[in-house]
Amino acid sequence: MSVFVDSDTRVVVQGITGGEGSFHTGQMIEYGTNVVAGAVPGKGGQEIEGVPVYDTVREAVREEDANASVLFVPPAFAADGVFEGLDSDLDLVVAITEGIPTQDMAKVRKRLSEVDTRLIGPNCPGIITPGEAKLGILPGNIFSSGNVGLVSRSGTLTYQVVDNLTKRGLGQTTAVGIGGDPIIGTSFVDALAAFEDDPATEAVVMCGEIGGEDEEQAAAFIDENMETPVAGFIAGRTAPPGKRMGHAGAIVSGSGTGTAESKIDALNDAGVPVGDTPEEVAESVESFL
Amino acid sequence: MRLHEYQAKGIFAEAGMPTPDSQLAETTDEVLSAAESIGYPVAIKAQVHVGGRGKAGGIELVDDEAEAREAADAILGMDLKGYHVDRVLVEAAVDFTDELYVGVTMDRGEGKPVAMVSEKGGVDIEAVAEETPEAIAREHVDPAFGLHPYQARRAVAEAGIESEIRRDVVGVLTTLYDLYESRDASDAEINPLMVTAENEVVAADAVLNVDEDALFRQPELAEMEEGSYVDDLERKAGEYGFDYVRLEGNVGIIGNGAGLVMTTLDLVDYYGGEPANFLDVGGGAKAERITNALDMVFSDENVESVVFNIFGGITRGDEVAKGINEALEGFDEIPKPVVVRLAGTNAEEGMEILNTDLVQVEETLEAAVERAVENAREVSA
Repeated sequence: MSVFVDSDTRVVVQGITGGEGSFHTGQMIEYGTNVVAGAVPGKGGQEIEGVPVYDTVREAVREEDANASVLFVPPAFAADGVFEGLDSDLDLVVAITEGIPTQDMAKVRKRLSEVDTRLIGPNCPGIITPGEAKLGILPGNIFSSGNVGLVSRSGTLTYQVVDNLTKRGLGQTTAVGIGGDPIIGTSFVDALAAFEDDPATEAVVMCGEIGGEDEEQAAAFIDENMETPVAGFIAGRTAPPGKRMGHAGAIVSGSGTGTAESKIDALNDAGVPVGDTPEEVAESVESFL
Repeated sequence: MRLHEYQAKGIFAEAGMPTPDSQLAETTDEVLSAAESIGYPVAIKAQVHVGGRGKAGGIELVDDEAEAREAADAILGMDLKGYHVDRVLVEAAVDFTDELYVGVTMDRGEGKPVAMVSEKGGVDIEAVAEETPEAIAREHVDPAFGLHPYQARRAVAEAGIESEIRRDVVGVLTTLYDLYESRDASDAEINPLMVTAENEVVAADAVLNVDEDALFRQPELAEMEEGSYVDDLERKAGEYGFDYVRLEGNVGIIGNGAGLVMTTLDLVDYYGGEPANFLDVGGGAKAERITNALDMVFSDENVESVVFNIFGGITRGDEVAKGINEALEGFDEIPKPVVVRLAGTNAEEGMEILNTDLVQVEETLEAAVERAVENAREVSA
């Protein structure tokens, strides 16, 4: 079992003709993902990596029965691409693009509340159900199939923790990178709820970081709604207040909210052990199983 | 990206916001002639990207030429919380009876902009927000529709603003929201919005922080970007295009991806060392970028040991190794010990070409960090 994507997911790649879009389409197909179409305005009729390209997502849905998209569209056009995905009756849109203006994302989020599509990202590595499908840029070879769910705000931290898990023989149901921006489509709570409902997921890892209050909300959700054990990690304990640490969302405000400490405390209070190192997180997961 | 007060005020004034008469000056003579043409009393205000300028001695109110000369000499060239002051704004002093606060920012939790008004302006508004949040009236804005006029009126009424000036404050808030939206701001603020004895309102300060991700469609603002660096290292990081934050410690850290680099910093701390910096080379970094990153960290004289932590997804281990080789082969003697940990995409290829005579190699993140901390300890001993 898995959450959000599996071998039946039929993927259209928005921005398939670009450098990243075409390269990762090849990688996704090689991994076994069912990529059925590409969509790029003005490029309909081409073929990339053996996949037919359409001018619009709607055509890809009509002609190839696509039900999910992964988006490699440059920042200036990315919000429009996400709107198109939301407007094409897809079940899922995964936005990899980094650097979408925040006010664009506020409008996207408003639209999200009016449709049934799930958005993952933006500024994320994507989502992978090992052995079935990957939508995004995650390196497939480090993942293995198993019973641990993983949700993370950071791409490379996801790889690090998965590496620690896999080396201990702890495979994954699904790993979701939700992205490090201030406004994103799928939150920790959304992903945790999906893992809780997935009978194959027997433990969950949640990797958070400084900035915002999503981890605190996740802690409250775990406390009230989850039976599945969760292990946590929070990056940015040493980050000084007021400085942006790479991610647009990773900035500690002056007033004590959004700090690593407040997040770790909230998680500990919800019964979630928070590792000092990624290796300790893997140890916690092993102890759950 | 932060605009200076004088830049933000220029934009505000152009939009019809009431602002005091002001001029930019770079020398004491320019300050005096500006003050002369504006008319005393004037405020002399350091133009640096620092909060709490007034408390730090960066703002002086002066009544005559002698005081102006003294203040200009003191402020021009001063070091304000690490920033060098090379320009001041000379501005007509406002005779005020009240100080208000007006602001617009993004509420990331709600995913909506929020417009704010308070009659407790002029002081530390962060403290007001924390201690008496009810003193700030808030209106969340639907980003698809913008700030409705009734919302602006409601916020101003809720904030308890006196009725004589409500219409003017509503006008200021509406203009501020329009600027926030049209200029892709992350924050737009006036603190204080001064109220004069004649019941006029004047923007005595102006904050406009712009979303860097939106600069591609704000060419005019992109051109206004001016050094907001504490030191040469941060300036260099800007030129190289790195996400870089300088810290106090002695272990230099280079990695890819914000979350993983932050984790590496945390581990340095965990193993008893002190991180010297956050440096994210970003996704897909090629050899030259890696060379630049090493150059950056070596130029920090506090750095006594360096750790490279790369987990390749989109970034390739062989490119990283090439860059490390290129950077280090130029030295007769490696300036500081370098520990490398390579994992992920093409890590094996990278390990094969990495010149291991010049660096120490560790397989796991934990071991690499521990070794770098140990190296720093040995160098300082």
